[in-house]
Amino acid sequence: MYRYDEFDHAFVAERVTQFRDQVARRISGELSEDEFKPLRLMNGLYLQLHAYMLRVAIPYGTLSALQMRKLAHIARTYDRGYGHFTTRQNIQYNWPKLGEVPDILAELAAVEMHAIQTSGNCIRNTTADPLAGVAADEIEDPRAYAEIIRQWSTLHPEFSFLPRKFKIAVTGAPNDRAVTRGHDIGLRMHLDNAGAAGFEVMVGGGQGRTPIMAKTIRAFLPVDQLLSYLEAILRVYNQLGRRDNIYKARIKILVQNVGVEAFADLVEAEWRHIRDGALDLPTEERDRIAAYFSPPPYDDLSEDCPALDNAIDAHPHFAAWMESNVQAHKQPGYAIATISLKPHGGIPGDASAAQMDAVADLSEQYGFGEIRVSYKQNLILPDIPKADLYALWLVLDRWDLATANAGRISDIIACPGLDYCNLANARSIPIAQRISERFSDLARERAIGDLSLNISGCINACAHHHVANIGILGVDKKGTEFYQITLGGVANENATIGSIIGPAFDEWQIADAVETIVDVYLQQREKDEPFIDTYQRIGPDPFKEKLYATDQAR
Amino acid sequence: MSTNLTQAITANRLSDGFVVYLTAQDQWSERIEDCQSADDPRSAETLFARAQHHADSGQIVGPYLFKIVRDGGHPVPLSRREIIRTTGPSVGTDLNLK
Ligand code: HEM
Ligand code: SF4
Repeated sequence: MYRYDEFDHAFVAERVTQFRDQVARRISGELSEDEFKPLRLMNGLYLQLHAYMLRVAIPYGTLSALQMRKLAHIARTYDRGYGHFTTRQNIQYNWPKLGEVPDILAELAAVEMHAIQTSGNCIRNTTADPLAGVAADEIEDPRAYAEIIRQWSTLHPEFSFLPRKFKIAVTGAPNDRAVTRGHDIGLRMHLDNAGAAGFEVMVGGGQGRTPIMAKTIRAFLPVDQLLSYLEAILRVYNQLGRRDNIYKARIKILVQNVGVEAFADLVEAEWRHIRDGALDLPTEERDRIAAYFSPPPYDDLSEDCPALDNAIDAHPHFAAWMESNVQAHKQPGYAIATISLKPHGGIPGDASAAQMDAVADLSEQYGFGEIRVSYKQNLILPDIPKADLYALWLVLDRWDLATANAGRISDIIACPGLDYCNLANARSIPIAQRISERFSDLARERAIGDLSLNISGCINACAHHHVANIGILGVDKKGTEFYQITLGGVANENATIGSIIGPAFDEWQIADAVETIVDVYLQQREKDEPFIDTYQRIGPDPFKEKLYATDQAR
Repeated sequence: MSTNLTQAITANRLSDGFVVYLTAQDQWSERIEDCQSADDPRSAETLFARAQHHADSGQIVGPYLFKIVRDGGHPVPLSRREIIRTTGPSVGTDLNLK
């Protein structure tokens, strides 16, 4: 894992001291809320419906056991005993007290964590493939590049006051698990004909009220030229991005307005001035950072594991979990285990302090003390010997962490919605709970197969409902919560924005509507066809007919 | 239930962000029962001016007027958002605790 160097330590410690002083001055009345708000947002502190909310970054979604225990400790000591893992590889605490936030930040700094760049019009926490370093399909570990981007972007003098927030995602694999096209800049690794690695650079993606998938402006950028090229993009955006209208300020609007090709030309022109200059890291420096992410000391294991095969035969529930929650590993004899934070009827992404501690313990007992946080709001244990999977599953089950639903319909991404969020139009969590309970039958959920369902409580689309197979958006109609459905969204390398299917449903109809959609799919699917393939084959009409035939909607 | 436009003042407390209501005694209470209400725009304005004063002195953050009805004397917010602010998250905060 990446370790802070002296500069990082000093920088984070200084920020804690600075913020402690700012909080004291706010409490004493020396600073007004107008003066304090930008300062607290720079440190990840929001004011929500019922309390403050602190957003802590989990860079490239990688945590050590030590860090996870610290997150648990903070939940227990300063909050109400739980935390909320988000799609952006952050954790949010819902109940911190203002006077204690500096202490929380100091605790985080002690394990090399912080809440900087989790808010504001800067380059936010760079996200990465949660399976970085272990996925069987990976070309190169993307985390070194995410870390290089972090170092370059942290407090970059030119880029701390961008027209709007800026999010970058990077993957080193052809199968995109980081929704790179959903970001302001997405980076996807490819090999050229000579076998050298480079990035496909995609620009102008985003969700919100104007969902757009990023367009490729460069098919192949040699990895050693990454920073100068990113700098060129940011410079063009900084100069031309709109600052007068918050709804038009994201880079996606700029790219749309000037056109992809013209935008690419502007970037290339800017790049010509700065490429081959001081910005790009020499190979030794990249190797030094990459070394932090070198693989753990794996044992030489056989890919065959009769003990595992026997356990699968003997325990159907374990077999179901293996099928949905365990993925192939680069290293023979190892596997990647997804820990579902989506118990049926539970709050998506929430974990109690005790569960966090349990996961930290398990990561040390069976893995190398490393934990990942995924786009799907789940946790991942990346390095589990196959022979230990059954023992791991038994313990997870005891902690209500063994729901066999990764990638299934009840693996719902949900934002905090109107239960917590100041900007919400409608609640998301109770809808997620109702739908996941509706599909809690294991056999039925397996029969439905892979299907993504995301719920956002307003058009900011924090839960990425636009790119879910079934997306649900909460809207407010004269003081009543309604839910609009989009179908056909895709979040992988073929990222697609879903289409609105028709009039919205109320909170009591929405679970029925989802069930109707699933029924249509099950009737129409051919063989093992997943939901999205059926949808793309038959289109929206059969779903529309069934949904609105009985006048379910108002 | 009265059909008049009745309003009360809410804000978040500076120290912990908790939801509070302005009372007739010029205090801030966590209980909506304690809120002072205003039945006409003039008194609502006066109420808001008092609240703004507390915001300026830093006790509370972001005061605003919101609509209520009196149900058998009890103040009940009209909007879902304000109902949730009085009760806390509708999903509870202990569901996931083991
Ligand atoms: C509860 C406090 C939250 C607030 C106040 C908030 C606010 C916002 C706002 C205003 C936007 C729209 C930005 C824009 O379009 O320019 C946004 C987008 C987004 N938020 Fe949140 N959010 C919150 C929680 C979350 C959570 C819990 C997650 C993860 C589950 C999240 C992830 C995102 C993502 C992925 C986007 C889309 C970014 C894009 O436009 O490309 N947010 N948020
Ligand atoms: S989508 Fe809307 S309701 Fe949900 S967290 Fe984001 S801003 Fe809040």
